[in-house]
Amino acid sequence: MKLLEFLKRERKKSASVAKERLQIIVAHQRSQRGQPDYMPMLERELLEVIRRYVHVDDNAIQISLDREDNCSVLELNVTLPKG
Amino acid sequence: MAKIIVVTSGKGGVGKTTSAAAISTGLALRGKKTVVIDFDVGLRNLDLIMGCERRVVYDLVNVIQGEAGLNQALIRDKRVENLFILPASQTRDKDALTKEGVAEVLEQLKSDFDYILCDSPAGIERGAQLAMYFADEAVVVTNPEVSSVRDSDRILGLLGSKTQRAEQSLDPVKEHLLITRYNPSRVTSGDMLTLEDIREILAINLLGLIPESEAVLRASNQGVPVTHDAASDAGQAYADTVARLLGEEVPLRFHEVQRKSLLGRMFGGGRR
Repeated sequence: MKLLEFLKRERKKSASVAKERLQIIVAHQRSQRGQPDYMPMLERELLEVIRRYVHVDDNAIQISLDREDNCSVLELNVTLPKG
Repeated sequence: MAKIIVVTSGKGGVGKTTSAAAISTGLALRGKKTVVIDFDVGLRNLDLIMGCERRVVYDLVNVIQGEAGLNQALIRDKRVENLFILPASQTRDKDALTKEGVAEVLEQLKSDFDYILCDSPAGIERGAQLAMYFADEAVVVTNPEVSSVRDSDRILGLLGSKTQRAEQSLDPVKEHLLITRYNPSRVTSGDMLTLEDIREILAINLLGLIPESEAVLRASNQGVPVTHDAASDAGQAYADTVARLLGEEVPLRFHEVQRKSLLGRMFGGGRR
């Protein structure tokens, strides 16, 4: 009985888990707001090209499009493995 | 000139139609000439919730395609003066709605009404996008539950990019958060997102909070919008919501656990 109570107390309240998960996913969704529809495809294809030369993880590539006054800057960050 | 308000959510089953029916009824009860339009072509339900399903003759698609006049399709509410329903078509496919057609219908209604409510279908497809396209304001209906909150955020993204106001760089659509099916005792026990959590994540103004209530099912069973059940918690919460929509300052209710008296606990049935 004591053990059960102990376990119960240790468990994180489910609502705070929900909040943390939502904050992450919503931030991700917002970062993609307003970006062109071709971005996910571009990201996938760039990853394929890079993989022809070096093996990288799915999340080793970060791509973002920043709009400035009269041009857009496509920023590409690839983390290459050591060696 | 009418104000166009879309009732939307992304996710299905969170209470869009219940809210559209309750808010439009509330506006009419406050003397505003109001029409509520069902945009859920193929799956109309607003007529059932409003209790006028047997009086549907023509619908939105008939009007758009020129098979009926607007006055033939509008259904006058039996309970409240100043309230009209424009039902969705039950049979045709969603492509029957066109942007030009919807624009024309709204234009005709605008001169005659104070408020036009657009009851959006679930999802982010054509019907949902057309329901929001011409909106001046949006009521984003959200349940305290992860998938609903996430979808509401997606809808907020669309309101900021895929509406006439966004495309023509006018003042943005005014966004309101309406939390429904809120259960204060589950919030207290830590198993439900709090209203502050939801407001913080979505970062929009809270228009209203509707508690999880037995009155809602009772209302839909009878085809009487829950606003008419003025003794119920949900009915009062929708009346508050309507007052805030009209610019009044109304304190929030029903967000804390109601303590029942001993007698209430012994003899009281469910919450009203």
